[in-house]
This record gives sequence, C-alpha cells and structure tokens, in this order.
Amino acid sequence: MMKIQMMHGSGGRATNELIKDIFETEFDNDVLSQMEDAAVIPGDATIAMTTDSFVVTPLEFPGGDIGRLCICGTVNDLCMRGAVPKYITCGFILEEGADVETLRRLVKSMAATAMEAGVTIVAGDTKVIEGNGGIYINTAGVGFVPKGVDIKAKNAAAGDTIIVSGNVGDHHATVLSQRMEIKNSIESDNAPLQEMVGNLMESGIPVHVLRDVTRGGLATVLKELAVASQLTFEIEEEKLPVDPQVKSFCGLLGLDPLYMGNEGKLVAIVPDDQAERAVEIIRNSKYGKDAAIIGKVSLPGGEDPKGSLILRTELGGRRYLDILQGEGLPRIC
Amino acid sequence: MDIKQMVAYLASYAGSPIHLMEVCGSHTHAIQAHGIRDLLSPNIELLSGPGCPVCVTPTAYIDKLIDLSLQPNTTVVTFGDLLRVPGSKESLNEAKGRGGSVEMVYSPMNVLQLAKDNPNRIYVFAAVGFETTAPVYTVLLDNAIADGITNIRLLTALKTMPGAISYLCDNGARIDGFIAPGHVSAVTGADYFNGLAEKYHIPFAVSGFTAKELVVAIYGLVKMIENGEARVANYYTSVVETSANVIISRQLEKYFRPCDVAWRGMEIIPGSGLLLRDGYAHFDAGSADLNVDNKKNKACRCGEILMGKAKPTDCPLFGKSCTPMKPQGACMVSEEGSCFNVYLTKN
Repeated sequence: MMKIQMMHGSGGRATNELIKDIFETEFDNDVLSQMEDAAVIPGDATIAMTTDSFVVTPLEFPGGDIGRLCICGTVNDLCMRGAVPKYITCGFILEEGADVETLRRLVKSMAATAMEAGVTIVAGDTKVIEGNGGIYINTAGVGFVPKGVDIKAKNAAAGDTIIVSGNVGDHHATVLSQRMEIKNSIESDNAPLQEMVGNLMESGIPVHVLRDVTRGGLATVLKELAVASQLTFEIEEEKLPVDPQVKSFCGLLGLDPLYMGNEGKLVAIVPDDQAERAVEIIRNSKYGKDAAIIGKVSLPGGEDPKGSLILRTELGGRRYLDILQGEGLPRIC
Repeated sequence: MDIKQMVAYLASYAGSPIHLMEVCGSHTHAIQAHGIRDLLSPNIELLSGPGCPVCVTPTAYIDKLIDLSLQPNTTVVTFGDLLRVPGSKESLNEAKGRGGSVEMVYSPMNVLQLAKDNPNRIYVFAAVGFETTAPVYTVLLDNAIADGITNIRLLTALKTMPGAISYLCDNGARIDGFIAPGHVSAVTGADYFNGLAEKYHIPFAVSGFTAKELVVAIYGLVKMIENGEARVANYYTSVVETSANVIISRQLEKYFRPCDVAWRGMEIIPGSGLLLRDGYAHFDAGSADLNVDNKKNKACRCGEILMGKAKPTDCPLFGKSCTPMKPQGACMVSEEGSCFNVYLTKN
C-alpha cells in the first residue's frame, strides 16, 4: 500500500504525480486545470471570504470524514453571512507515512461534497512534513453576498425567536465515541447548509442572525450572539432537540450536549411573527427535519447582566450558560 | 405529595433560614444544570461542599505530576478534568505544552494497554477520587498484577467523605442538612452517614442526580429539619443499599490504608485520605506528604465559602484575579465549584 513520503512534498516529479493522480482527477474543473499560481474567478458582487483548518482524529468516522468536514465547514461559514458559496481552495499538510488510498478516499469525499454544496475547488497546495501519517487540511472559501443581505451576530433584536436546525451534539459525540472505541450508532451530522440557507433567503423572511453550531456547541454560539447584541437570550430545555443516544452518551461521561459541537446545524434568529414559517422552511430543507424553536431574545432586565444566556429547565429553574470553559472533556466525578 | 407540590412548597417556604450542603461534585453540577436553586425560597440556601476530588487536590500533588511528566521515559496518564487544575506554577496542560508527557484517558483501564505496548516506559496514573473512584484503581491493580505488568504506578490523592463532613461541622460551618453523595453511598451504603447524623444532630438525604430526585431529597431534608429529626433518609433506593457493598469494601481494605491528607481550601484532615498499603508500595509514584498548597493566595476565601461562612462574591479575588480560566482557589476550578457557578451567573 503506497504511503506518503517526503519526496511527495518536494515540488518535483513525485509532487506533480500526486497532484495529477489524486487532486486533479477528483477536483477537475476549468479554473483548477489551468494550474496557474492563482485562480482568477468571475463575479462582481460583494464578496464573503473565510478560512478554516481541519485536524480531526479519526480521519474517517460514521457520517463523515475530514474531506467532507472541510468543505462543509467552509461552505457553512460563508452561508452564515447570507453569502452564496462559490469557490474553495485547499491546502494539504500530509505527514510522512500517510496512506495514499486514504488520501484518495478523502479527496473523493471532498469532491462529492463540493458538488453537493455547489462550490468549485479552484486552487490548492500540498506540503509533506515528518510525522506519523497524519493528514491536515486548510480550506478557504469565497462566496457572493446578494444585494440587500446583511446578516450578522449583533443584528438580534428584542422579541426575536431562536431556532436551531436539528439535534445538537451529534458530531462531537460521534468523534468521541470513535476515539473511546465505544460502540453505538451515533452518526456525525456533517453536512453543507447552503440549500437550507438558500431556502430561507428566498422566502423573503428578514433573517437577523445565522450562525453554524460548531466547536463549543450551542451554548457557546448563543452566548456569543447574546454578548454581540447585548440582549438576553432565553432557551427552554424541553424544546432542545437532542438525539436520545447522544443524551445517554453524554450522561455517561458527564458531558453536556449544550457544549458538544456539530458540523451541520445552524442557529437562526428571526422576527417572532416569521418564526413558524422559518422553522417550516428549515424542516423542509435537506438536513433540517428536526428543526425546533428553542427560545426568545429579550431586553435585559432584573439582575441579568446584558448579554445573558439563560436556560429555563424542565422544572422551571433558570441556569445561566457561558461559553465553553476549557476543552469540554469528560469529568471524573 | 407529587413533585409539583414539593416544588411549590420549597418555593414558598417561609420558615427559619435553612442551609443545606451537597458534598458531591456531581450533585453541585446537577443542581446547577437543572437550575434547582432558582426553584427554592430565599430561605433555603444550597451550599456547594468539597465534593469535587479535582478541586480539593493541593497544588503539591499537581506539581508532582508535572515533575513526573517531565522525567524521561515517564508518562502521566489522567482524566481530562485534571489537566486544567493549576499547580503552584502551571497546570498539567501547560506542562504538556512545554514537552511534558501527558496522556488523557477516559478510563483508568486504558493505562493497562499503554503499559503493555510500551514496556520500557513508566505510566503514572493520576489517581484522584472519593470512595466511588477508589475501587476502580483496585481493579486496575488486580489486572496489572494478573498480567505481570510492572510499569504502572499510581500517584494517589484519594479522599473519603466522613472526615470532610466532620471537619465542616467541627469548625462551625452553617449547615442544617446534608444532601449525601449518591455515588459514594452506592459503594458505602446509606448507613455510612448514621454516625455523623447522630454526632452532629444533622439530617442526611441520599439523593440521585435528576432534577426530581434532587427536589425530593431537598424536600425531605426541609421536612426533617422542621420536625427536628437527625437521621439518614435514603431517597436513592434504586441504586443505594442500606449497608456497604462487601466486595468493594474488601477490595479497598486490601490495597489501601487511611492517611491524613490535605484538602485544597481547607487543611489536613486526619484519616480522610487513602494511601497504598506497604505491600503495594512498588505501585506508588510517591503519593505521601503531597499536602502543601504552595500557591495558596492569602486573600482566597474558599475555606469559608465551603463552610457557608462566606459567599463567593465576598472574596476579593472573585472575578478579578480568580476566574474559571485562571482559578486561584478550589471553588473556581471546575463547574462543580460554588465560585465557578456564581461566576457564570454574573457574566
């Protein structure tokens, strides 16, 4: 079985062969095949840009892999500003000893996900370093923001409704299960959300905020949004969608689904009178069937500091939530 | 009486002020997670006790782990939550960043495979915990002995609950009732707390960890206090027996002996720790006398907070030099500490 060697990063023949054999074959498109130093991309709208690096272990897991993950992560970041994702670049850092067949599978997965998300991979880079067979990918993405669209964190307004597009914690629970070799049927929610966001935008609903729920989990995302708007966010425990298996997995390890990451979920904050319609649109979109209205945005009041995130528990108690502290690791007690 | 009636009773309670303490970190966490405090009348105050073994571990223990992690051919193996706890200069996480060999595992049993795979390396497991966790280490040692594995060591900071409860009561803590630790009781039996209830004339309620179980236990305590009763009530009968689990008790007795040990935020409490017996000293990575809190900030009021004599916000360090990301004292270390939880509500 062929392994990555230092020569694959030399810039010489071995590099060229690797690029030709794997990347060019799978990512084939008019821009990339010019093999220029930079991709020249058409378009005259407002541009959204983002970049992200992917270092997940294991590389492949139920429901996804690092290839699908890097496309989804970048596509979703663009979508969260209301942009239509268009172009992606990818930089591979390969450790010596990486398995070439694994790399091929990951690249195939990237290509398939890019196709699904409607984006084109237009530039790339490969470096090989000493190591133990690891594969890391950096992606950058470009999208176009339609005229009149202005979606950002601080746009949340008092009276708005908070929607989450499905079960929280699935990706994090999947990766942890794999690392801990715990057998269950939890799958990552790893998915591109351009269709869901596109449907929302086309509906004409004045969406105030979109944010994808990734590292740090729902609580971290909502707390950041609450701080950005300086308003009070209150969510209801009973309404939070959590897969029962993820719930019991978290219970077992002392983890909190509210702080577990996703890779295919978003939070949408919309005016209250549009909330029911928005949630229906999300439910009818791909990857949104478990969407739920989970809470409200209000003016700060009483003892609650500005930017508070409050969880109303099932028995009616209140719990203040902050951003994730530390790394979200299982507790001993 | 159903749960809603109990909640209504506890919310409208207008009798003498009652201070209840949960001594178990998982209870503190569950109380916070379920927003239980918010359901209670201002006359019922819940105090978070010294029930997180990680939080009450002195800095000398962390320092020792860091020293070991930096020794050649030695790897420190630990649960995740110990990584962030500050030693006198740095945490294990920080030591790892400058070359310390630290592996995080999800079960002590993972160390068996690590030790088998790398026979030339010493694996030191950071064995913290209470009566609940200690038996797991005896199983680890059973397995190591059976498999002839000689490159595993334990650095122990094991503690037992009765000593801490006595310390609190002997030192004037304002506590009218204890929510007894559910997991510990599952090992020790509910009777474990009978002597304490009698000696200090304080009721104990053994509780589970759901919102409803906690409400039932708190209601039970309030009722016992109102009736002047000082007994142990077991509200977690699905898991907790009256008497100790004999097999586990024998295992603990076989490997460990009681010792005097320091609790971060308090002081050395006689007989409240467990050390490996002399016959198993070859498994010990030097656990005795790690009782010094080198970093202890004199202004830190964790000791008083643990005893219900001060509130987190009374501490001059609270939210200033002491935050969850840079904790100075035991109560700010994890989400199971009083200060950590109050910090959340203030931010």
